Amino acid sequence: MANELIQPDKFFLSRFGMTEGALERILGAALERKADYADLYFEYRSAEGLSLEDSIVNRTSKSLSHGVGVRVCAEDRTGYAYSDEVTVDRMRLAAEAARAIAHGGGEASVAVQVGRQVPRHALYELESTPLEVPLEQRAKLLNEIDRVAREFDPRVKSVMASFAAERKIVMVVNSEGRIAADVQPLCRLNVTVIAADDKGRQAGSSGGGGRVEWSFFFEDERWREHALTAARQAITNLDAVDAPAGEMVVVLGPGWPGILLHEAIGHGLEGDFNRKGTSAFSGRIGQRVASEFCTVVDDGTIPNRRGSLNIDDEGTPTSRTVLIEKGILRGYLQDRLNARLMKMAPTGNGRRESFAHAPMPRMTNTFMLPGGSTAEEILGSVRNGLYAVSFGGGQVDITNGRFVFSASEAYLIEDGKVTRPVKGATLIGNGPDVLTRVTMVGNDLALDPGIGTCGKDGQSVPVGVGLPTIRIDGITVGGTRA
Amino acid sequence: MASVEAGEAGVDLAQWGLEQARAAGAGAAEVLIVSAESLSAGVRMGEVEKLKSSRERRLGVRVFVGQSSATAATAEFERKALGEFIADTVRLARLTAPDQWSGLPDPALHPRHLPELELSDPSSGIIEADRALEIARTAERAALGADRRIKNSEGAEFDSGRYRVVFANSQGFAGEYAGTTYSLAVAPIAEEDGAMQPGHWYTQNRRFDGLEEAASVGLTAAKRALRKLGARKIKTTRAPIVFDPEMAASLLRALAGAASGPSLYRGASFLAGRLGSEIASSGVTIIDDGTIRGGLGSKPFDGEGLPITRKSVVEGGVLKTYLLDCYSARRLGLAPTGNAARAVGEAPSVSPANLYLQPDRYSPAEIIRSVKHGLYLTELIGFGVNSVTGDYSRGASGMWIEDGELAYPVQEITIAGNLKEMFMSIEMIGNDLVWRSSTAAPTLKIAEMMIAGE
Repeated sequence: MANELIQPDKFFLSRFGMTEGALERILGAALERKADYADLYFEYRSAEGLSLEDSIVNRTSKSLSHGVGVRVCAEDRTGYAYSDEVTVDRMRLAAEAARAIAHGGGEASVAVQVGRQVPRHALYELESTPLEVPLEQRAKLLNEIDRVAREFDPRVKSVMASFAAERKIVMVVNSEGRIAADVQPLCRLNVTVIAADDKGRQAGSSGGGGRVEWSFFFEDERWREHALTAARQAITNLDAVDAPAGEMVVVLGPGWPGILLHEAIGHGLEGDFNRKGTSAFSGRIGQRVASEFCTVVDDGTIPNRRGSLNIDDEGTPTSRTVLIEKGILRGYLQDRLNARLMKMAPTGNGRRESFAHAPMPRMTNTFMLPGGSTAEEILGSVRNGLYAVSFGGGQVDITNGRFVFSASEAYLIEDGKVTRPVKGATLIGNGPDVLTRVTMVGNDLALDPGIGTCGKDGQSVPVGVGLPTIRIDGITVGGTRA
Repeated sequence: MASVEAGEAGVDLAQWGLEQARAAGAGAAEVLIVSAESLSAGVRMGEVEKLKSSRERRLGVRVFVGQSSATAATAEFERKALGEFIADTVRLARLTAPDQWSGLPDPALHPRHLPELELSDPSSGIIEADRALEIARTAERAALGADRRIKNSEGAEFDSGRYRVVFANSQGFAGEYAGTTYSLAVAPIAEEDGAMQPGHWYTQNRRFDGLEEAASVGLTAAKRALRKLGARKIKTTRAPIVFDPEMAASLLRALAGAASGPSLYRGASFLAGRLGSEIASSGVTIIDDGTIRGGLGSKPFDGEGLPITRKSVVEGGVLKTYLLDCYSARRLGLAPTGNAARAVGEAPSVSPANLYLQPDRYSPAEIIRSVKHGLYLTELIGFGVNSVTGDYSRGASGMWIEDGELAYPVQEITIAGNLKEMFMSIEMIGNDLVWRSSTAAPTLKIAEMMIAGE
């Protein structure tokens, strides 16, 4: 095991009996019809999960998957084929299927020499992963969470808690001869609480994790915080009044509400949509798309974060990309294909869900840099508005720019004071417009606790978001109260 | 190809897996093997954009030691490694807390004969790349040629695939089935005065010849993009909402989620304790039918080897049954309904098979005509449905109705209400039920909801 951690590339060669010569021949065959580029993506993933309900850990599961994906690119065309049998024969068949995309009439194999190692970051060199922690110990933590959440309030009726951990070993070998490999640990704790009283029932949830060791959950008693947050949210929502409907001033709390940036800005700046001219942000680099208080970055290099990677899924080291600088649109998120076609540099944002998928431009950790106001000043400045601190999911229509994100914990602001909790409501806005309405940015930037999963074109990848407290002067709140 | 047709990953392998589990000390076990292959072909702006060929096979087990259980999935089919993997899963079960409700179904409930449901196209198989590309190209060409304002495209994609499911348990049930799916989707973009609007349309069927014609899919997609040009925001108001069939189907999915066993026994559903009571207006009948021949959600047995059935979930507005697997049925003191769904390596979950709302007599035009001022809803975005409370708040777009006519497109608004009240206030039901996925509904009119805009 220790050896794999040091040399993940050697893992595949020995585990599946591959040689560098075989990889060279497969890549050469993939390029045979005058393609521009080919790569092989190897993946070996092991995962374990356990969950609690009714105060017992009654479900455990594990899974093992492996496979190889072969990609061939010719101009703007992509051929992709994969197999869950990692053998030379299967890879050759996949290469033949993938190269059908290139219609040059080439006959001869192209010489490829594999061997150049790509440097990578060292963002999550763990002593051990939660997978190595005895199951009994992981189960005990879920039982403790159950106890803490139930003790919080007698109206807590049920507690569901789960812990999932995985380890992915990946290797990318491309037709330029580069080999990049990585071991990617990831884990996540999740707590959901249902509370009920004579008026009704409500749910609350909290969770977190990242590319971290087991001890992460005990620093600052994070696990207890999640149990208490879920319980408190469910209890708070029991007293929630109907949310208002219409356009109003909204203050977003720090951390996970950064999902705003992910939906409103991030997707629209992914290279594929901009190359095709199908994004509401297409052709707008250098233009003002936000107020001067807003600087937004995507950074895949933050140690131990859920959205971070040493290398992306094309073998490019991840980086920090400035998307918006003081309100001006500066950059796109690129994978290799779109970077090449747009004559830009890859930014380390080529990601995929697994070997069964071709990579595309995706976000890593997307957040806004802090400003100068305190949260108290921002809330105190609002006469009438909504203060939203926790969210469920969001979604965006990249072409027309309309995005939504749904508050799961929110309060009214009345005369500068946070008053009554309101029921969950969806907020809707227009990506290129919403940040121009940001009038105050807090000094309290926080990243989310490690819970984000982003879906695009049927592929899910882990991501992070972050935000300081911000004030938005006008966004539509989808409540039921006129 | 071998993955789907060969006997190598069939019932014999499943029986062998059950034997391994028994040898490792499991008192009961299940094995599920899913193999699938597909080819997907995409064009954009008339040119080939992507070809993707897939081939996958996974084996899942659930093992019981007393009332303790564990599940596992693997891509490893080499016998020695697989045997060790199953033995490891039995060890995992021993570390899991016993659960009094867990276990295989009552063996008397397993079907003796499996129905023939015509899940596979007998003649077409996987459609080869050149033909698939041509179909996608035809659809996109029709979209691009529909109007000069269709200036760009996210492309068109044609997919064909086949799969095979093998399931066996240690109390003697074993079954298998195979199916095919074909689909075509087109996504043109309309542009006017510097603003872009995407359109999207699709067709999907188990038979290749059951697909809607490619050019007509493209034209519909273009029309859907074009009618959104010039969309505006409207003032916040309360008004009736006409859900088009696709949007109406999304309401059914939300209801099915709340009617499913796991949400109910956890007290996480607004339908808890509502069995036998009125939950929708009296014209509403919702049926779940897994026995429809060629249905996209049909299968001969459910994820625990129980017969698939046809049943009214809601009849004349009254909630008649929940959707249950064995575990949630035992928890609720009810009989399982054959709605266990199964992903390889996971415990059963619950899902409807083919779920639909029974059509009534009104044409969509009649329904729209009945509205003085209101919204014809054609798109929803976001996840603002709370199945614990029924609270509903989602991003919306569509056409504004003035005096019974579609007047202009609207966007950047939300619609909000509560599913309990929304189902109770379904005022008119259309006659236009068309199956495009495993959930279908005709056009529906809801008396009034809050629309938030400016």
